[in-house]
Amino acid sequence: MVTGTRAAVGIASRGSIGRDRRRALFWSYFFLAVFVIFFLTPPVYMLITSLKTSAEISAATSPWWVFSPTLANYVELLTSSTYLTFFRNSALVALLVVAITMLISIPAAFALSRMRFWGSATLATGVFLTYLIPDTLLFIPLFKIFAFVREATGIELLDRWWLLVIVYPTLTIPFCTWIMIGYFSSIPKELDEAALIDGAGYFQLLTRIFLPVALPGVIAATIFAFTVSWAQFLYPMAFTTSADQLVLPVGIVTTLIKGDVFNWGQIMTGALLGALPPLVIYAFLMDYYIAGLTAGATKG
Amino acid sequence: MARVTLRKVVKRYDETLAVRGIDLDILDKEFVVLVGPSGCGKSTTLRMIAGLEDITDGEIIIDGETVNDVPPKDRDIAMVFQNYALYPHMTVYENMSFGLRLRRAPKEEIRTRVQDAAAILGIGELLERKPKQLSGGQRQRVAMGRAIVRDPKVFLFDEPLSNLDAKLRVQMRTEIKRVHQKVRTTTIYVTHDQIEAMTLADRVVVMNGGVIEQVGTPDELYHAPATRFVAEFIGSPAMNLVPCHLVETSSGLGLHLDDNLVLPVPADRIRRYQPYAGKSLLFGLRPEYMVERRVHTGPHQFDFEVLLEVIEPMGMDTFVHFLVNGMDVCARVNASAGARAGQRFTLCADLDHLHLIEHDSGKVL
Repeated sequence: MVTGTRAAVGIASRGSIGRDRRRALFWSYFFLAVFVIFFLTPPVYMLITSLKTSAEISAATSPWWVFSPTLANYVELLTSSTYLTFFRNSALVALLVVAITMLISIPAAFALSRMRFWGSATLATGVFLTYLIPDTLLFIPLFKIFAFVREATGIELLDRWWLLVIVYPTLTIPFCTWIMIGYFSSIPKELDEAALIDGAGYFQLLTRIFLPVALPGVIAATIFAFTVSWAQFLYPMAFTTSADQLVLPVGIVTTLIKGDVFNWGQIMTGALLGALPPLVIYAFLMDYYIAGLTAGATKG
Repeated sequence: MARVTLRKVVKRYDETLAVRGIDLDILDKEFVVLVGPSGCGKSTTLRMIAGLEDITDGEIIIDGETVNDVPPKDRDIAMVFQNYALYPHMTVYENMSFGLRLRRAPKEEIRTRVQDAAAILGIGELLERKPKQLSGGQRQRVAMGRAIVRDPKVFLFDEPLSNLDAKLRVQMRTEIKRVHQKVRTTTIYVTHDQIEAMTLADRVVVMNGGVIEQVGTPDELYHAPATRFVAEFIGSPAMNLVPCHLVETSSGLGLHLDDNLVLPVPADRIRRYQPYAGKSLLFGLRPEYMVERRVHTGPHQFDFEVLLEVIEPMGMDTFVHFLVNGMDVCARVNASAGARAGQRFTLCADLDHLHLIEHDSGKVL
């Protein structure tokens, strides 16, 4: 009797769970579809436009279809030395900024999350607060500082691509430090204690135990630093002007828009090509990013 | 192998005193268990010995050397953590050999030592696996292996079995004891489980509120507790404690538990308890010293009748609960004694094993 009742209840509840699940799945997919359409429309539109000639772009045909596809825009950009210079500048800036950011942020986050010292909590919050100051507020004072440096020392900082390597870390370091503090704090303390007792110094602890375990957090910070330096527009717009010193986002806009003539085909091509490196990096690092590397460290 | 000495060791966190000046001497090759409720300072004490916590005051000496300011890596100790703390990105072999590799031991030596330790623990076939591919018990073995491989002066265990299920915990307990009998390294083991403490230890240190209540062999703690805390903490089910009056009777001294129950104090204890005559005290007797009525085998056995309230059959024995002076009291009778709830039942108390405890100081008299 008892088992019979329980079985009946079981069937009834399983049926309703099934219905709930189906409904939940339906709405999940519905909103996912809306989301995908919303976010993929611009790149698709860019791809279509990049395959058109200028004549076809300005013709009164459907903007959603290519009637005579051509790779001319791609060929032209990839053989133009200015575009390749922008690309090279962007890549150098991004890679150097990522390197500098990691060199500073990793030890900083490690110290702030692990070594309790006087004022460490305040310092950690302070690091984050600096990130909250928007760059729109900073670019004019920064410009003044660079001008002052030139007057005082004769070193020209303005209109040099490598200036961005000095400036971007002010944006990336606070945020990267902050997210890594969060990630590092989630790593069980016993892991470092075990390593300390096993005979590791702080440096060995960091390089041989901590970094491998914290890799997903470090990669998340790397992706962030790379994206910020790759996509930053305001600072390079303000600080660099010569064609050979420009980075991609500014370069595309300043060289492909001449007066009121918009070279749409090449603008779209340039932007699409510029979006490739972050895409490749996301795709490549995402596996690491998601993999639960800490699984098995402790009971869990 | 080494001796570990603590002298007036104090640990203060801001305003709270976690450890209030403890003295402890742990002998070479000894297995000492620190036991107590959570927050009693046992883990803090262990972590101070490990060097993971600074010492506020006092002195810790390992193998004749004061280690107050020696970092953990130079103390030549090994520690096993409650959550294992295995390096997740390394194989079992790499985990176990990490300490030796840091010390740049020769490759061949590392290999033999890891293999020896793995053989002791029966994890030889797991050496190439990563921690996440292991079960809880296997991870705990690896954590122990990592400690054994180092061949340190002292092993420290911080509640190593708390994360295991009940059955595995008993197995690993035996395992730890077996390993200690083999390697004979001085061992300090922290647990909140008094059964673990009793079964493993050469000597048990009972801590409470940052002080040591008593240090002794498991037998001493069980049969001659020094304080009320130890009397209640050690033993399962716990010792029965009932308020009583120590009264003078025609034959000497009596323990007045309630109006129907006055127990005679054994003659050999009268002199010891005489100064407390007329006082209100706590009477303590373990459940196994109250059994069904039998042919008396000792001089100080005393029969009394109770009304049984609850019966708990354990298989071999049956725990019976009844009220004395409003307090729940448990006795341990033979399963075949026919005890039934709601029934009147005659019990026989062996008063040779009674304890009297002072209310205020909590001292056992």
